[in-house]
Amino acid sequence: MAAVQDGQLNLEVEKDIKTEITNDGSGNINANSSSPGSTSSGGKSKSPAGSGEDQQTLLAVLQFLKRNKLTESVDILRREAGLSADADDSPVSESAGAGSGGVPSVGADGGDANSLLSRVSIATPVAPPATAPPKVVAASGGEDQPDVNVVLSAYSQQGDPVLYPLYYNGLKKFIESVLDCHRAELSQVFYPLFVHMYLELVYNNHENEAKQFFEKFSGDQECYYEEDLRILSSMSKKEHMKGNETMLDFRTSKFVLRISRDSYQLLKRHLQERQNNQIWNIIQEHLYIDIFDGMPRSKSQIDAMSGSLAGEGKRDANKAKVFYGLLKEPEIEVPLDDEDEEAENEEGKPKKKKPKKDSMGSKSKKQDPNAPQQTRIPLPELKDSDKLDKIMNMKEATKKIRLGPDNLPSICFYSFLNAYQGLTAVDFTDDSSLIAGGFADSTVRVWSVTPKKLRRVKSAADLSNIDKESDDVLERIMDEKTASESKILYGHSGPVYGISFSPDRNYLLSSSEDGTVRLWSLQTFTCLVGYKGHNYPVWDTQFSPYGYYFISGGHDRVARLWATDHYQPLRMFAGHLADITCTLFHPNSNYVATGSADRTIRLWDVLTGNCVRILTGHKGPIHSLAFSPNGKFMASGATDGRVLLWDVGHGLMVGELKGHTDTIYALKFSRDGEILASGSMDNTVKLWDTLKAFDDVELDDFTAATGHIHLPENSQELLLGTYMTKSTPVIHLHFTRRNLLLAAGAYNP
Amino acid sequence: MAEERRPKQCTVVLPTESMKAMAESIGVGQLQEESCAALSEEVSYRIKEIAQDALKFMHHGKRRKLTTSDIDHALKLKNVEPLYGFQSQEFIPFRFASGGGRELHFYEEKEVDLSDIINTPLPRVPLDVSLKAHWLSIEGVQPAIPENPPPAPKEQQKAESTEPLKVVKPGQEEEGSIQKGQGAISAEAKGKKEGLMRMKPRSTHELSVEQQLYYKEITEACVGSCEAKRAEALQSIATDPGLYQMLPRFSTFISEGVRVNVVQNNLALLIYLMRMVKALMDNPTLYLEKYLHELIPAVVTCIVSKQLCLRPDVDNHWALRDFAARLMAQSCKTFSTTTNNIQSRITKTFTKSWLDEKTQWTTRYGCIAGLSELGPDVIKTLILPRLTVEGARIKAVSEGPVVSNIDKIGADHVQSLLLKHCASVIAKTRPLPDNMEQYRADYGYLGPTLCSHVVKARAQAALQAQQVNRTTLTITQPRPTLTVSQSGIGGSGGSRSPSIIKVPSSLTLMSTRPGTPTQPSPPATKYIVMATSAGASSTQQVLDGSLVITLSSSSGSSVTSTVASATSTLQPLVKLESRGAGGLGGSRPLQKYIVVSLPTSASSSLESKSGMLPPSSSSTSPISLEAGMKMDHTGYVPNGTLLPI
Repeated sequence: MAAVQDGQLNLEVEKDIKTEITNDGSGNINANSSSPGSTSSGGKSKSPAGSGEDQQTLLAVLQFLKRNKLTESVDILRREAGLSADADDSPVSESAGAGSGGVPSVGADGGDANSLLSRVSIATPVAPPATAPPKVVAASGGEDQPDVNVVLSAYSQQGDPVLYPLYYNGLKKFIESVLDCHRAELSQVFYPLFVHMYLELVYNNHENEAKQFFEKFSGDQECYYEEDLRILSSMSKKEHMKGNETMLDFRTSKFVLRISRDSYQLLKRHLQERQNNQIWNIIQEHLYIDIFDGMPRSKSQIDAMSGSLAGEGKRDANKAKVFYGLLKEPEIEVPLDDEDEEAENEEGKPKKKKPKKDSMGSKSKKQDPNAPQQTRIPLPELKDSDKLDKIMNMKEATKKIRLGPDNLPSICFYSFLNAYQGLTAVDFTDDSSLIAGGFADSTVRVWSVTPKKLRRVKSAADLSNIDKESDDVLERIMDEKTASESKILYGHSGPVYGISFSPDRNYLLSSSEDGTVRLWSLQTFTCLVGYKGHNYPVWDTQFSPYGYYFISGGHDRVARLWATDHYQPLRMFAGHLADITCTLFHPNSNYVATGSADRTIRLWDVLTGNCVRILTGHKGPIHSLAFSPNGKFMASGATDGRVLLWDVGHGLMVGELKGHTDTIYALKFSRDGEILASGSMDNTVKLWDTLKAFDDVELDDFTAATGHIHLPENSQELLLGTYMTKSTPVIHLHFTRRNLLLAAGAYNP
Repeated sequence: MAEERRPKQCTVVLPTESMKAMAESIGVGQLQEESCAALSEEVSYRIKEIAQDALKFMHHGKRRKLTTSDIDHALKLKNVEPLYGFQSQEFIPFRFASGGGRELHFYEEKEVDLSDIINTPLPRVPLDVSLKAHWLSIEGVQPAIPENPPPAPKEQQKAESTEPLKVVKPGQEEEGSIQKGQGAISAEAKGKKEGLMRMKPRSTHELSVEQQLYYKEITEACVGSCEAKRAEALQSIATDPGLYQMLPRFSTFISEGVRVNVVQNNLALLIYLMRMVKALMDNPTLYLEKYLHELIPAVVTCIVSKQLCLRPDVDNHWALRDFAARLMAQSCKTFSTTTNNIQSRITKTFTKSWLDEKTQWTTRYGCIAGLSELGPDVIKTLILPRLTVEGARIKAVSEGPVVSNIDKIGADHVQSLLLKHCASVIAKTRPLPDNMEQYRADYGYLGPTLCSHVVKARAQAALQAQQVNRTTLTITQPRPTLTVSQSGIGGSGGSRSPSIIKVPSSLTLMSTRPGTPTQPSPPATKYIVMATSAGASSTQQVLDGSLVITLSSSSGSSVTSTVASATSTLQPLVKLESRGAGGLGGSRPLQKYIVVSLPTSASSSLESKSGMLPPSSSSTSPISLEAGMKMDHTGYVPNGTLLPI
C-alpha cells in the first residue's frame, strides 16, 4: 500500500477524529462492515459539509488521499462528509479503483453502493436526539449474518509470511528498548497486533507459519487475554474464520488503545524509520488509537482499564451527559400517619423519628440537578395500590437499620434444597414477601416467604357471582382453595436464566434458553405474554423500577427494551461484541446498563437508544451489576472474581474489590448505599464498605477529564466481612426495606 | 507461566485413527490419510467451538460442572440437532478395546431389553425443591449452627498445628474467616502483625454462654449414668462441626478425668472417657494434633496402668486396654510425623516396660496389646522374638506353684492375646509346613498352641480369600458406597445425598433413637458402609455399638463375635469381611468399614443439647470442672509429657 509520508501521517490524526465511530450507538454492526476498508464507521451524524469553505477543504483532502491511493480513506471521508461519489470528478475515482491493486475484488462501485445503503439504514437509529425521540427505534437487521467474505477480505493483503515474526520481534525489541514510561503504553499494541497478524496468516493459508507465530508470541500476551487466545488458537484454517464470532468481533470493531501523544510519536517514528508497512497497515486499519495529551499512563493504570474484547472504551464514548440523579418522589399524603405515630409512641422514642422523617420528605422535594426531567421518558401513572405500597415502604424505611462498618447487616440465607444443580436464577420482590426461582427444567417457581399464602384469582364464572360493591372484594376474588406456599409456572421450553418481579408484585418476567421472555401474572399464576424477538437464549431480563418497561439481553448481543403492553421491542441496543450476560435498569429508569461477555459494561439511554457509557476493565464475562440507591455509582462483578466500582456520571472506574475466587453472580447495595454485598460461586457472601471506597477516590478535574485514575490499593481494608456458606453458591442478594440482607442459592451437596 | 500450556492448546487435535474408526463405523472404508488429517482438524475445531459455547450455558446455569444438556444447548445454538438420549453417568462410560494394532475407546451402547425396563420398579421420585432459611450472619457474626460451615475448617487447624508460622502471614485467605466482623480493627491489626511475624499467635478460646452450657451438658452426659444420653452426647461430639473452640476444654477434661479415675480405680468412668476420645477422633471437622500432649498420656494410662478397677479378678479391664490400645494405634497412624515421632516414642515406652522383669501382668498385657495394635510389622519385629521368654513366664505361672489368682488370670489373658495376634502374623510370614515340634523349638512353651492357631488362621485365610475374591467384584466397583438402610428404602442414598432434606427438627429424631446404643441402627437412620483399604487394626472399631457390647459383656475375647453379631443386620458382604477381620487380626490389608449414620450429622449441635438433658437428671460427674473456665492455649508442645503414669 501507500508509503507512509509525513503529510499523510498528520492527516491520520485528523482522520481518527473524523472517523469517530459511533459503532456503539449506531445499532448496526453489520451494515458498517460492508465497506471493504473501514471496519466500523458508523453514521456519524455530522451535518453534511455546511459551508462552502469546509467543502473546499474536504475536496482538497480527498484529492490528496487519492493521490496517495488511499481509496479506503477516500471512501470513509466521502461518506462522513456526506459527499456523494458522483459529486467529485469521476475520472479520479476510476483511477483510484485501477490504481489500488491491493484492494480486494469488491469493486469501488459496489463499495459505494454499500456505503450508500448503509447510510440509509443507519440514518434512522442515529437520528439526533433533539429531532424527535422515536418511540420505536428501528434496529436495522441486527441479526443478519454479515457477509463474512467482505469482512475478511481486508486480510487479503499479502505479506511474506516468513517476515511476520521478524516484524513482530522488531517491534517488540523496539518497545522493550524505549523509556519505561512509554513502554507500558506501547506494550498495549502487542495484543491486537498479535491477533491481527495471526489472523492474517491464517486467512492467507499459511497454516504452519501461523502456528509457529502463535507458539512464539502467545506467551507474551497479558494473562487476561488467555480466553481469547484459546479461541484463537483453535482457529487454524481459513474456513474456520467464517462464522466464528470472536473472529468477527476482531474484524468488525477496531481495537481501541489509549496512548499518550509522546508515546504515539515514538511509535510512529520507529515504524517510519523501519519502513515497517505491515505493522503500520494493521495499526491503521484495525486499531483505533485514542491519543491524549499529558503524562503516559503507568502499567497499573493500563491494566486496570484493559482486558475487554475490543480494547478500552474511547474517551469520547463516555463524554455524553448522564442524568444519574433520582426522579422526584411523587408526593403522597400519608393518611396513616397518626396510627404510625401511635406505634412509635409505644416504642417510646417518637421524638427521634419525627425529624428524620421530615428531613427525608424535604430531600425528596428538592429537585436533584443531576436528575433527568420528570417526564423525560413516560412513566406509568401511580395506581392506588402503588401509593399504598409507597406508604408502606416509607414506614418501613423509618425502621431501617443504619448500616456501617460497625453495624453490619444480618444475613438470612434461603437455601434451595433438592435443586439438583438446576437453580439458575432467583429474585425477591422489593418488599421481600415473595421469592421466585428459575430452574433448568424450564419451570419457574414462586414461594411466599411470609405466612400469607399464594392464592389464585377465581375463575371467570365464579367471579361473576361476587358482590362487586363489597369492601373486601379484593379478598373475595381470591380462590381460597388454591392457597399454597409455592406455585409452579410452566411455559418455557428451556432453562430459565433470568427472572424479575414487577415492582407492584403483580407480574413476573422470565427469560429462557428458548429465546422468549415471558410475562406471568401473579394473580392468576398463568402466562400472559411471550415476548419473541431474541432468537437465541435470553440470559437476563429486568423490570424497570417503575414497572411497565423491561429490558432483556441474550446471546444475540442485542439488548431489547420492551413495554409490557407491546409485543415488539421499543428499543434495541446493539453494540456489544459478545453475549449480553446481565441487564439492569438505572434507579431513575432513564438508563439501562448491560454487562457482556465482551467484558464491557454499556450504559444506554432509554430515550435516545444511544450508548452513553462504555466501561472497560473487567477481565472476564460480567455476570452481575448493581446501581447504588442514589444512582451515582455502579458495581459490577465478573467471572474474574473482582468487583469493580464505577462513577456513572464521570464514566470512571473508582474502585476494585478483590477477594472472591470465583464468578460473582450477585451484587447489591444496601438501602442507604453504605454497604455493598457480593455473592459468589465460591460459596461466600462478602460485605464491602462502599462509603469509604467512594470517599477514598480523589477526583480532580484532570482525572475526570482524562479518565486516568489511580486506584487505591485498599480492597482488603474495605472488606467488612466474609461469610462462608456450606457448599451453597450465592446467586442472589437482596436488601429488605429494613436493611436485612437476604441471600439465596441452591445447596450443592 | 502459561507459555508451556498455550502451544499445547494450539495443537491438540483428535488422532487420525479416530477418524478412520468413525468412518469405518458408518461404512466408509479405506479413508485416505490426508483426508483423515483434514477431517480430524476440522472436527477438533468444531468440538472446541461447541465446548466453548457449552461453557457459556454452564456459567449461566450457575454450575461448576458441564453437563450433557449444556452441550445439547450449544449444539442447538449452531443449528445442529442435539444428541438425544445421551445419559451421562458419574463416570465417563467409555470402554477400551485393542486389537489388530489399533486401540479404541468407545461408548458401549448396550442392547436394552424393554421388558426389563418395564418390569423394574420405578425409581423413587426425586424430592421436590424446597426452600429453607437460616441465619448466615447475625449482625456480622456467623452463628455456629449446622447450616453454616464449621468456624475453622480442618485444613486450617492442621495448618495451624503443623505450620504455625504460615498462618500469621497477613493478607492470606484464612484471615477472612478469623477477622469476621472485625473489619474496623483489621487495619490496625495488620500493622501489628508485621512485628509479630515470627511469633506464634496466642489464641484465646472464649466460649459463648451457649457453648458453655453445651460443654457442661455434654460432659455430664458423657460420664453420667444414663446410657442413652451418653450415646447422644458421643454422637454429638463425633459429628458436630462447631466444636473447635471447645477442644482444649474437652482435652483437659479427659486428661484430668483419667488421672483422677485411675487412682480411684473407676473402670466405668475410664471407659466413658476413652469413648469420648474416640468420638473426638471420629469428628471429621477436628484436628487433634495440638491436644495430643494431653490425650496420649491419658490413653496410654488406660492401656498400661497396673490397676484400672477395684476387683481386677472379676472386672473386664482387659477390654478397656484393648480399646485404648486401638485408639493409640489410630492416633499414631493419623498424627505421627517425623517431627513428633509419636509412633516410635510410644513403641519405645511399651517395649521398655514390657522388658522389665518386675512388670505386672496387667501392664504386660497392655504393652503387648498396644504394640500389637500398631500393626503386623511391629508384631514381627518386637513381639515374635520375645515369644519364648514370654512363654516361659506364662508357663511359670500356670504350671508352677499357685501364686495368686490374679496373676493366673493375667497370664491367661496375655497368652490368648499373644496367640491371637501372633498367629495371624506367623500364618502370613512363616512358610509351611506347620510342624508342632518345630514351633516348640522356635517359640518355646507357646509353640504347640501357637501352631494349632496358625493352622486355623491359615484355613480361615484361605476361606476368606475365596470369599474376598467373590466379593471383590462388588467392592471394586467405581463407587464402593453401599447404603444399608434399616427402613428398607433401598440402597442408593449416597449419590444424591438427600441428607440435608432430612434436616430434622432434631428433637423428634433424637427421641426416635433407641434407648441403648447396642442397636446401632435406629429406624430411618442410614448407615453408609464405605470400604477403604486400611490396616485391619481398626476394623473392630467399626461400630460404636459393637464396642459397647465388648465392654459390657465380660468375656475377654469377644471381639470377633460381637462384630459379627452387630453387623449381622447388615448385608452379608459386610458380615463376611468383618468377621474375617476379627478372626485374623492383622493378617492382610483388609477392607475397613466406616459406618456413618447420616441424618444425625445434621441434627447435632445445639438442638441436640436441649433435648438431651432435662435438668432433673443432674447426674453429678465425679470430676467437677468449671464450664466457664478460660484458658490460654499456646499450642502443642512437641516435647511435652508423653510418658504415662
